[in-house]
Amino acid sequence: MSETKMSTASNGSTGAQANDVYQKMHAENLSIYYGKFRAVAEVTVPVREKMITAIIGPSGCGKSTLLRSFNRMNDLVAVARVSGKIMLDGLDIYGTDVDVVEVRRRVGMVFQRPNPFPKSIYDNVAYGVKLNNTRIRKGDLDAIVEDSLQGAALWDEVKDKLKQSGTALSGGQQQRLCIARAIATHPDVLLMDEPCAALDPIATVKVEELMQELKKQFTIVIVTHNMQQAARASDYTMMMMMRSDRAGEMIEFDQTKKIFTNPRDKRTEDYVNGRFG
Amino acid sequence: MTSIPASVVRSPSARLGRALAHGDVPYRLITVAASIVLILLVVSFGLMLWITSAPTRTQFGLQSLISSDWNPSGEIFGSLPFVVGTLLTSLVGLAIALPFSLSIAIFLVELCPPRLRGPVGTMVELLAAIPSVVYGLWGLFAFIPAVVKPLGDFLLKLLGTPTNFIYLPFLSGPFFGTSIFASGVILAIMVVPSITAITRDVLLAVPAAQREASFALGATHSETISKVILPYGMSGILGAIILGLGRALGETMAVTMTVGNVSELPTSLLNPGYTMSSVIANEWGEARSLLHSSALLEIGLMLFATSLLLNVLARLLVWSVSRKNPDQRG
Repeated sequence: MSETKMSTASNGSTGAQANDVYQKMHAENLSIYYGKFRAVAEVTVPVREKMITAIIGPSGCGKSTLLRSFNRMNDLVAVARVSGKIMLDGLDIYGTDVDVVEVRRRVGMVFQRPNPFPKSIYDNVAYGVKLNNTRIRKGDLDAIVEDSLQGAALWDEVKDKLKQSGTALSGGQQQRLCIARAIATHPDVLLMDEPCAALDPIATVKVEELMQELKKQFTIVIVTHNMQQAARASDYTMMMMMRSDRAGEMIEFDQTKKIFTNPRDKRTEDYVNGRFG
Repeated sequence: MTSIPASVVRSPSARLGRALAHGDVPYRLITVAASIVLILLVVSFGLMLWITSAPTRTQFGLQSLISSDWNPSGEIFGSLPFVVGTLLTSLVGLAIALPFSLSIAIFLVELCPPRLRGPVGTMVELLAAIPSVVYGLWGLFAFIPAVVKPLGDFLLKLLGTPTNFIYLPFLSGPFFGTSIFASGVILAIMVVPSITAITRDVLLAVPAAQREASFALGATHSETISKVILPYGMSGILGAIILGLGRALGETMAVTMTVGNVSELPTSLLNPGYTMSSVIANEWGEARSLLHSSALLEIGLMLFATSLLLNVLARLLVWSVSRKNPDQRG
């Protein structure tokens, strides 16, 4: 694990003053239920602007469930409900008069497995843009598609085959296409649910490098099983564990450097050092 | 180096004995034989129809397809009115069934509360279990007088009268009730279950990841349905439509009872007509001459070939949807 500590130490972007950074989102006393089962219990956590916040923890501790509540994807599950608040720029996204479509436009998402539409590369990226702006001019749309593919570090590989199907790309390219698709609508926050879980090591490195570029523009929350990835790529880390009643709770949140070198909780130390999970 | 113990190694005859004892060989023989019989059956259908329809094929050739003169007593057999009647009734049926089937399938998969999905789906499928002769009776004595006749009269008055501002000749009279239109409507009810069931299965095969991707980009439910889910299942839905067309083309009893059975080339959908399957059913018993029965068999051959081709095409299309799930690619 010395490698982990080294790379964390070299991650200089998290200065001591980072705690003062604007809280783009924060969960307040958030619990998530599936029917009577409580999957996530009383989480309070900040998401700081233009920082990468990693959510780590053993399987089944509710990491993805928590992440999916940040853009209300859990609404698609009929029996899911939440209590508590998730604030986005001071507004509770679960508030009564909030438009869920608007929430998802401002909080984009990249999934565990690349899921491009069986449409052309161009149409994949243009999809979300055209939803919000049906009368967009062709030239403007072309520019957004190019910018987004540039932003996802995919442009050079696909600029000559924009009409080809997005599903014909390699797994790593598909995932970057999904990132391009997500940033094309200029969300404020980008949620990434184990975005490298289905990728090979080289594609994983590319996505991690890409995240460092993306955080200049976007606030990122990433769920990961990969300790090295959390240590290398994130500024803040939130550690979750399953309680005895099977509900996931947050046991520690801090700057990534601290979580990986000097955690307060013994369980965090054991987990990041690979003693369980 | 570990060698395999001698007790595990068996001589070929011992292996055969074991296969026989466990029923592998008889099992394989029975299943293979049953499959071969089925293939032979399809081949013999085609062959029998081809051979027995030889007299009219040699005497009239393609003439029987483009002539609308069907006169059994005069030994003249032009089957164009039946071909046209079959196509028109099927297309009218499909055009009416399609919006209903798509709506029901989308409702069942996307909007229906899970508790209702089973019962509603079963009700739709039960429509397919009603014998077609019952559809014919119901059509003739209930549906045509109560719905088709008033509707047809309305269309005739509104659009089918030459003196009107808008005049559509294919909706002109005379209209008596039994007609191509009436058969089409009843065919629509009969093919809705099969198109709905297959479309539902196709929509259910659309991966959840596709839905999520669309929702996560800020799409509404209706945008997700029309821009992601339906396009993803499009080839399968096309297959469902073609399968429905195949059913409508071959449907006999209900159509025979409601189409009017007039062997003239129809000029309007409200006219009575005749279909390929109906003429076979109606005239088979009185086909005394070789040429007459040969002409009916030739119509049978055309029906057989068309339905076979349509079914193969439809199944290829449906199959292509379940195969193209991108999650399974590298």
